[in-house]
Amino acid sequence: MPETTTYAKALNTALAGLLAGDERVFLMGEDVGVYGGAFGVSDGLLDRFGEDRVRDTPISEDAIVGAGVGAALTGMLPIVEIQFSDFVVNAMDPLINQAAKLHFMYGGRANVPLVIRAPGGGGTGAAAQHSQSLEAWFAHIPGLKVVLPATVQDAHDLLIAAVRDPNPVVFLEHKLLYKTEGHFEATDDVENPVAKIGESRVIRHGSDLTIAAYSIMTIRALQAAEQLADDGIDVEVIDLRTVRPLDIGPVRESVMKTGRLVVAHEAPIPVGVGAEVVAGVVESNALDYLLAPVRRVGAMDVPMPYAKDLEQAVIPQTGDIVDAVKEVIKS
Amino acid sequence: MLQILTPEGDLVGEPPVDVERTVSLYQQMIEARAYDRKGMALQKQGRLATYAPFEGQEAAQIGAAAPLGDDDWVVATYRDAALMWAQGYPWELLFLGRVGDERGGSPPDHVPVLPPSITVGGHMVHAVGLAWAARLLGEERIALTSFGDGATSEGDFHEAMNFAAVFDTPCVFLCQNNGYAISLPREAQTRSETIAIKADAYGVPGVQVDGNDLFAVVSAVTTARQSALAGAGPTLIEAVTYRLGPHTTADDPKRYRPDDEPDPWRERDPLVRARRYLEAADAWDEESERAATDRATETMDRAIELAEATPDTAPDHVFEGMFAEMPPHLRQQLGEARR
Repeated sequence: MPETTTYAKALNTALAGLLAGDERVFLMGEDVGVYGGAFGVSDGLLDRFGEDRVRDTPISEDAIVGAGVGAALTGMLPIVEIQFSDFVVNAMDPLINQAAKLHFMYGGRANVPLVIRAPGGGGTGAAAQHSQSLEAWFAHIPGLKVVLPATVQDAHDLLIAAVRDPNPVVFLEHKLLYKTEGHFEATDDVENPVAKIGESRVIRHGSDLTIAAYSIMTIRALQAAEQLADDGIDVEVIDLRTVRPLDIGPVRESVMKTGRLVVAHEAPIPVGVGAEVVAGVVESNALDYLLAPVRRVGAMDVPMPYAKDLEQAVIPQTGDIVDAVKEVIKS
Repeated sequence: MLQILTPEGDLVGEPPVDVERTVSLYQQMIEARAYDRKGMALQKQGRLATYAPFEGQEAAQIGAAAPLGDDDWVVATYRDAALMWAQGYPWELLFLGRVGDERGGSPPDHVPVLPPSITVGGHMVHAVGLAWAARLLGEERIALTSFGDGATSEGDFHEAMNFAAVFDTPCVFLCQNNGYAISLPREAQTRSETIAIKADAYGVPGVQVDGNDLFAVVSAVTTARQSALAGAGPTLIEAVTYRLGPHTTADDPKRYRPDDEPDPWRERDPLVRARRYLEAADAWDEESERAATDRATETMDRAIELAEATPDTAPDHVFEGMFAEMPPHLRQQLGEARR
């Protein structure tokens, strides 16, 4: 029976299912236990699973991720939470130099089945050091997978897939999505993930232009598509879901149908995922189908301002996608 | 634990400052509390963004600033407005920063105070660099860095302490142990018996003081500062205090501590004991209390008025803040933002 729930609750359900279904799974991070997580994602899990498996840690991001790496090497399935994705920078050595490389450097003998969950993105008035979208940073590193669910169902399904993946996965949740409601079906089977990491998906069919997006920008792209439909513009929306590995095939196929492409992400444009998506399209024969120059939509190239109105101006909104689409259609 | 003034206002040691100076420091604590309560009230009215209160920690902050020279650096956190103000950072700029305006992070010229650190612990190493620069430049100044008990779990704490110690930089590390790292109590953060004892590992002095005792804090910081200036390197001071309020206005302490846990700490209120001491010395009475409180209220009304009268940040500000000269692509984005 399909139901609706929130993105945060869907994550909570996935965590509970994973903890219940596999003794190798444990969760640790700052304020994840007694407090239930800064955004309530792990609410109630400490009471249910005890403090060995839902572990409140000191403020020690380096140790949270580094110890997660160590535990993962033994075959445990740690899920570590970094309270804001901005703080992952305090754990870049264990993440970039260790987690991403140990399978390779140990000659393939060891796996690092670690999941790093972290809320990212702006729009909450949390200013420059609590609002970044750092996915392109992580995606640049060979050995890491980077997942950014947009929908409630994907929050649940992709988290299970991330935990079941034998490689380190950076799982980036968007703070503004936590309270969004959406269609949801829980699965009792946390052994066999429904979703697959590295699969993008057409979530709205259209014929005039393709928008490729992920995380909250997928939601904004769907809103933009509705508005554009009123103007007679029929937009196809592809939710990339994971940016590393990037599943470019559906984007190429869509562009071969529509001939026009807009890529949207909340991170600033320079050296971002958008550039990678565009390159992935033009490096194929989809190039021959392009009828107009492509456009990237992203944040302005500045840190996130504290003032609400400036923050809104810096973050790409639904209207910015609408404008970009209209420009591409016109050109 | 060093204590000079008991919660009852009795002396159990030698006061580091005379009565006249104590009156002035007590007035500063009154002003600091007025700022803090105003901050909480304004946030509830939607006039400030997130606010991190320091009620209960006034003695640790005002006491730490008291022995500092005019040029001494203060490198502190989002919970240290009183400390920053006491070293010259104006209330209106502190409010402005919390209104959500980066210009609140620009101290006036000649105020040796860095804007508050928002991430936990990253600023301690800055203090080491400031102090090292002061040594290289032959300047008679120290850097005092303030942080919470939670920050001592960060790698930055270890690296800052170790650097400062091996380079003998003129630093004072002031840990305001207020009992919590957001929801995590002090005893769940470290097995060390005290935070001060961690200094042993770095080969520097570590002192634990009653952080709600103005005199104990002044005394410890005075000694640490003199030692730093004499070339003997850093000192770690643990000021034991208590965060009477929430971590920030985004937090609900009921989820991790009993409602009545703060009660005994109310009895150890740093303002109450300073007042008792001054009243016993015939240097303070009901009348002076009322006058000081009224003055503090007026000061805060004026400060928020000034902050709110500051014209809203134009989009220009965001782009101008990026590089010494604005590159063409930002000039273009500025044009778009103005529309």
